[in-house]
Amino acid sequence: MLTKRIIPCLDIKNGRTVKGVNFIDLRDAGDPVELAAAYAEKGADELVFLDISATEEKRKTLAKLVLDVAEQLNIPFTVGGGISSVEDVDILLKNGADKVSINSSAVKRPELINELSEKFGSQCVVVAIDAKNIDGKWKVHLVGGKVPTDLDLFDWAKEVEQRGAGEILFTSMDHDGTKNGFADEALARLSEELNIPIIASGGAGNIQHFQNTFQIGKADAALAASVFHFKEIEISDLKTQLKSAGIPVRI
Amino acid sequence: MKENQKIVIIDYGAGNIQSIKFAVQRLGFEAKLSSNAEEIRNADKVIFPGVGEAGSAMKMLRSTGLDKVIPELTQPVLGICLGMQLMCNSSEEGDTTGLGIFNADVKKFNNGVKVPQIGWNQITNLESPLFNTIEEGEYVYLVHSYYVPECTDEIARTEYGVNYSTALHRNNFYGVQFHPEKSSKTGEQILKNFLNLELRS
Repeated sequence: MLTKRIIPCLDIKNGRTVKGVNFIDLRDAGDPVELAAAYAEKGADELVFLDISATEEKRKTLAKLVLDVAEQLNIPFTVGGGISSVEDVDILLKNGADKVSINSSAVKRPELINELSEKFGSQCVVVAIDAKNIDGKWKVHLVGGKVPTDLDLFDWAKEVEQRGAGEILFTSMDHDGTKNGFADEALARLSEELNIPIIASGGAGNIQHFQNTFQIGKADAALAASVFHFKEIEISDLKTQLKSAGIPVRI
Repeated sequence: MKENQKIVIIDYGAGNIQSIKFAVQRLGFEAKLSSNAEEIRNADKVIFPGVGEAGSAMKMLRSTGLDKVIPELTQPVLGICLGMQLMCNSSEEGDTTGLGIFNADVKKFNNGVKVPQIGWNQITNLESPLFNTIEEGEYVYLVHSYYVPECTDEIARTEYGVNYSTALHRNNFYGVQFHPEKSSKTGEQILKNFLNLELRS
């Protein structure tokens, strides 16, 4: 049986792991390559590296880090942040990334999704969507959640699927950093309306939140950062409890 | 295991082959990336990777003549993911013929499941030295939209809305739908088992 995935997210700035609380106030949480290997050992199913400074500062020097990670890591990993062209993706995949995630660049030029899926295959194209619930409507936001758009989350998600995305990584800006649980209602709707895997992101605070996002939110995978980085939740404990709740996980 | 065996990863411009090279390295071996027919024929072990789209991958193989070279190899060959699918008779993806090594036709998942299948799933009905010391039901990492229906060359099976073949074997040719290079310790053991196979049939 296909299992639900647990994905630690490593936010990267200047080659170091950081974690933003609501994307502001960064704290240092270690060396990415070492942390990646440790997570693989602890039972993480996959990792995401997000260069959070990239969208603003146009940093495209992730290539070296990707190569270092690929050399060590025996589980899949996704790289995101500031990726805006076929050439960017080509370098990252050649250096050993399994997937790339694009966000603002896809909103600015949606054809990028088609170009990437045609050249590299849908399986390596993750489209990240940051959204916020404003007066009952989920609106897509850009630049790490700072810039609102008129795009409706569900319309955009459907377009992204049609253009060839292999997965959607949905972060609720309302939940991110709160540790009050994932945006399960919106997640369940995404999962029902789309036929590609959905990764839940933003709001993980305890094990019950993961159980809810798989059972109520119908998510295929759940991503979190600080609860793992600061050892508030051990992946082995998390998976044991999910399994006893009847959720298929790899142990 | 022969310590200094020559391992070649076929490089025809498709996908993430760096990861396979690194995985072989972590087992203490060196693998060479090559598209040279002579070099491929002379290798002790050949790994045939592939990520991308079947139709365009076959075009690349034809344009370099590798479509003729691969089926005639006599050493152990391991096709991975799309590599395995290209070793079949045909694929619905890009409506292309394949290399005709395995007697199977690749189809698209079309049974109410999410496509692509992405993640960790179990392999069962294991029947090959490729799976030495691997337990029934161990987890491997898969990413694919097309699959090989159950067939006579099957040496491992997986369920995703339907039972299908996740590994194939015929003569000196092996194929795995999953990514051993990304399948943690289980994948490492399977790669090690491949490197442990007798050198030539």
